Amino acid sequence: MSAPGLSLGSLPLSRVPGVAVVLVALCAIFGVLSPGFTTPANIANILSQSTILLLLALPMTIIIMTEGIDLSIGAVLTFSSIVLAVTVIATGSVTLAFFTALAVGLCFGLANGALVALLDIPPFITTLGTLGIAQGLSLLVTDGQSVVGIPPAIEHIYSGTVAGIPLPVIVAALAYFATHALLYHTRFGTYVFALGGNREALRVAGISVRGMLIRVYAFGGVMAGFAALLMTARLNSAHPTAGIGMEFDAIAAVAVGGTSFERGNGWLLGTLLGVIAVGVLRNGLNLLAVPSSTQVACIGAMVIFALFIDGLRSEQ
Amino acid sequence: MSTFEQSAGRPHLALSRDMMQALYRLLAVALICVVLALLSDVFLTTNNVLNVLRQSALLFLMASGLTLVILTAGLDLSIGANVALSACLAASVIKVTGSPLLGVLTGIGCGFLIGLANGILVTALRIPSFIATYGMMWMLTGVTYYYMAGETIHGFPASFRQLGSGYLFGVPMPVYVMVLFLLIGGLFAQRTTWGQQIYAIGANPVAARLSGVPVERRLVLVYAMSGAMAGLASLIILARINSAQGDIGEDLTLPAVAAVLVGGTSLFGGSGTVAGTLIGALILTLVLNGMNLLQINSSWQPLVTGVIVLLAVWIDTRTRRIGE
Repeated sequence: MSAPGLSLGSLPLSRVPGVAVVLVALCAIFGVLSPGFTTPANIANILSQSTILLLLALPMTIIIMTEGIDLSIGAVLTFSSIVLAVTVIATGSVTLAFFTALAVGLCFGLANGALVALLDIPPFITTLGTLGIAQGLSLLVTDGQSVVGIPPAIEHIYSGTVAGIPLPVIVAALAYFATHALLYHTRFGTYVFALGGNREALRVAGISVRGMLIRVYAFGGVMAGFAALLMTARLNSAHPTAGIGMEFDAIAAVAVGGTSFERGNGWLLGTLLGVIAVGVLRNGLNLLAVPSSTQVACIGAMVIFALFIDGLRSEQ
Repeated sequence: MSTFEQSAGRPHLALSRDMMQALYRLLAVALICVVLALLSDVFLTTNNVLNVLRQSALLFLMASGLTLVILTAGLDLSIGANVALSACLAASVIKVTGSPLLGVLTGIGCGFLIGLANGILVTALRIPSFIATYGMMWMLTGVTYYYMAGETIHGFPASFRQLGSGYLFGVPMPVYVMVLFLLIGGLFAQRTTWGQQIYAIGANPVAARLSGVPVERRLVLVYAMSGAMAGLASLIILARINSAQGDIGEDLTLPAVAAVLVGGTSLFGGSGTVAGTLIGALILTLVLNGMNLLQINSSWQPLVTGVIVLLAVWIDTRTRRIGE
């Protein structure tokens, strides 16, 4: 639906304040309310915890830029994590398990992309359907139980450090720079901007819109498989509900970061800040002993607040 | 394009097409019934038939409001979570005041307000409906879990429980509620100006706006109605199972979406009927009931529902493409 009215602005720069205001406000509030918030250990903790979300939010940004959505990413993350755990327990090989998880993510991503691009099924319905499928498979494989008994080598992937920097932070930083390069310095990235903004131009230029869409969703699936490794390592187990709802955090981070749901305007740095904002909010609320279920409501309020600020700015 | 012909005043053609679609779907219902009757001895027992009717009544109530939303080319993914919060609030009110009437008003009022909030997010903040209502779903779930804190509220007055588990002339009460809202919903959509404006918005929002339809206000109305119907459904669930828990609305949204789509309402807006949704609800209930009777692991249910949604939308897109 595109209709005149409250617009979210057209230039990425005009949206810096939305997410910046939110981030500064959150840090100020939690800095005052809970003494443990500003300790270096806690800040490192926030960064480590944000890494899994960043791996999901990066492809989500690109998918939303194509005027799509991936609601299945949390369920695919969960199923990949379960497959990873089951494989590593059965074979003992971390490498094999990791590539199996990537393959599971890729399959779901390709399925999403094929349904969206080849069958013209709207992305939110496609991914709602595959969400149900991934969730059903997770329950069927585990019978609703946790998968435990994972070798310690996997746990080290989350808890290990290189030169004092947590390993997951390094992984997330690499993923961020890779996605940044992909989006801003390759032809693929240019086409992504066109997919949301001017799909007709792509067609006229002879670029396969379908091929592009399939690649975009496949990227989301692979990243979910990647994130499954970090999540399994963090929890040292796999559980059929572990990643459920992660897509909400990812979409919230992208929305807070100022990527708009229309017209293909995306801003990857905004997503990074949005991920940190979600991480800060969850961490701060954890320190204040607010239950996880209520945190979701706070994240929603934060998104509405950020969209509101961006709306105000663009009206001026 | 079928939607255009409808609004351009060729009701006979549109009606017959709708009739044909309804006939195909009723045939599907009959086919599923025959297969289930052959596969399971229990299927045709009075108990099970009444059970199927009661279940489809419930699904229809949620899906009927959703039908209006989907007619405007929108989506309401918050109805399951709406049911949970409305049911829990209504349960507390009944427990505290002892008045079923206040409980009913609370349930429907809570659902209505949630729908209103959805409508405002979609129109004023211009958030796409599936994202706004998906976010709303998670927020409502959070609020419900916080409010209930793992507790269960159970044991309601017999007069209230009649709404969900009572019978009149041997037919479950929810079925009467279903028939009532089938008539109200059908008349509203087909025979009122507001109803026709909802079709117009779904078929072509720009054209609707240019011809003077107050698009924003109608959209808010549609989301509020969907919310209120979820509130009503929550009361019937509450009266039926006689207890409220935080997870009461889980796994209700996807079947409701599936019922609307299987019932022939286009996800792209502008075409479909409330009566079609009733048939869709019947088909969905029969499939899920059949899986229960055949003792298929209930973990298969979200998977099967997901596949049904995808199939229904695929058929919808194909039909539209052929029509163009």
